[in-house]
Amino acid sequence: MATVTLDQVTVPLRAFELCLSLEVSSTVALIGPSGAGKSTVLNAIAGLVEPAAGSIRCGEETWFDAERRVNVRPEDRRVGLVFQDYALFPHLTVRQNVEYARRNAADEYLERFGIAHLERARPGDLSGGERQRVALARALARDPAILLLDEPLSALDAHTKADVRAELQQLLTGLEIPTLLVTHDFEDAAALAGRIGVLVDGELRQTGSPTDLVAQPADAFVASFTGANLLPARLDDGTVIATSDNGDGALLAIYPWDITISTSRPDDSAMNVIEGTITAITELGNRARVTIGPLSAEITVDSLRRLGLEPGGHAYASFKATGTRIVTSKGGTA
Amino acid sequence: MVSRLGDRLGIGLFVAVAAVTLAFLVLPIVGIFVHTTPGKVLDQFSNPVVKDAFVVTIKKSLTALALIIVFGTPTAYLLATRRFPGHSLAITLVELPLVLPPAVAGIGLLTALGHYGLLGSSLHAFGVSLPFTQAAVTVAVAYVASPLYIRQAIASFEATDPRLTAASRTLGAGPLRTFFRVVLPLARGGLIAGLALSFARGLGEFGATIMFAGSLRGVTQTLSLAIYYEFGDNFNATLAMSAALVLISLVLLLTLRIALSWQRSPSTRSRSLFGLSSSA
Repeated sequence: MATVTLDQVTVPLRAFELCLSLEVSSTVALIGPSGAGKSTVLNAIAGLVEPAAGSIRCGEETWFDAERRVNVRPEDRRVGLVFQDYALFPHLTVRQNVEYARRNAADEYLERFGIAHLERARPGDLSGGERQRVALARALARDPAILLLDEPLSALDAHTKADVRAELQQLLTGLEIPTLLVTHDFEDAAALAGRIGVLVDGELRQTGSPTDLVAQPADAFVASFTGANLLPARLDDGTVIATSDNGDGALLAIYPWDITISTSRPDDSAMNVIEGTITAITELGNRARVTIGPLSAEITVDSLRRLGLEPGGHAYASFKATGTRIVTSKGGTA
Repeated sequence: MVSRLGDRLGIGLFVAVAAVTLAFLVLPIVGIFVHTTPGKVLDQFSNPVVKDAFVVTIKKSLTALALIIVFGTPTAYLLATRRFPGHSLAITLVELPLVLPPAVAGIGLLTALGHYGLLGSSLHAFGVSLPFTQAAVTVAVAYVASPLYIRQAIASFEATDPRLTAASRTLGAGPLRTFFRVVLPLARGGLIAGLALSFARGLGEFGATIMFAGSLRGVTQTLSLAIYYEFGDNFNATLAMSAALVLISLVLLLTLRIALSWQRSPSTRSRSLFGLSSSA
């Protein structure tokens, strides 16, 4: 399995400059807000965007090198790029779309992706999940050295998304080539990739496993992107002494699952308690997000029912000091 | 009640004006067919003047159309996909023959390609003499009709999703294969519509042709020219040729409308929820 290496790849974008070094040898996810330059990274690897500086290598091959003036054409790079809305050829059938990548491989890939029965259909007649399978079949039929997925789940409705994500997860584990995928959703990234890079304003803020990012977010942005509550804090010798609105740039990150909700003032080891009115309750499957004041807590739906919580009701949110992390704000706070 | 009456009067006025407009546009065509019968029209096709004019028109228009496709398509693609200094100037120049009075176009062709024109002597050196030949008819038609095709082609190429061409490249197809297998099929409707428009314009060509090619029967006399020259002598022939042109124009108009509806729903019955690219 070849490793794709990006070294100081620099692309000037409208508001900032994308500049990153990255090594992709297994499945890596790039996450970040829209407009952070995520898709540009994929386009640069595919040869659709020419960087101003840096180099891109795939194993022994050099695909791009600004100094040596190497710029291999997209058709010669062996890249499987799955576009955000799949970019299937609307005038060709499913089979013809797959054959476009490689003439004799269509049967194998139609079979493998369970779309053989759709071979005569046109992309306009397919559901979102089916389109993604066709797009993946087409990209892999090309026999690429790297698979690039641009927001693979964003074109799907919430219902289909869970199924397709599971499907994609299965596919990626069985795949023998490095994969770089781009998403704005931390949960999707964590489900699909073993390593995640957080890209903000064209710059990699942090790379690590999903667990690393949650355990030690490098800054406030990473913390909020991975789902933490952020409270402004005032520091004294590196120890939080108070949370306040006019803090000095330090923030306290608390993950929703580290927060306990109760209907009476808790009398336990959690020393930090916020008392207030429940402003919102959002159920996600068997979990629920309960918002009290500045905090959003995650509890099970069972607990929600047992405590009889309702929006407008009175409740206490508490967390232990050990369940918090201190992060600094470094611009681009979400 | 008063206001409702006012509304009704207003609507009535609009309907009346629309009826007058439609009648004004349709009446001349009705006139042509009232003054003649299908039998008489067919009879006139054995008239050598009509026959010659018909053959010259169709042959020269088709040749011009072939030239327009071969030269106009790559030009339009370049103008649609590349931005370069002088791009809008180039577009303006392409459109210029559209607004030029045809007689002026004719003089222009003479001063450029005529015996004493800009390129006249170089053409002469190769033994080519254009004016007042059949080739001159083709050149005149191509000159006035090509901008209609090129404009429509530019619009169609601009409407093809750049992501589809990008996808084609990443799938291993070079620029040429991408052009023939993705861009052309997707732009097909618009290109055919452009050709229909251009063909119709070429059929009616009069001013530039008469200046640059003259009106020699059996050589450069097209239907439009023959209609003018037969007007005094043989009114039936004029009517027959006019009727034929009306019918051809109608067919072209239908082609145009059908082709444009393809362009809108490009080749698939794409009822895509996600607005799959190409329908943009």
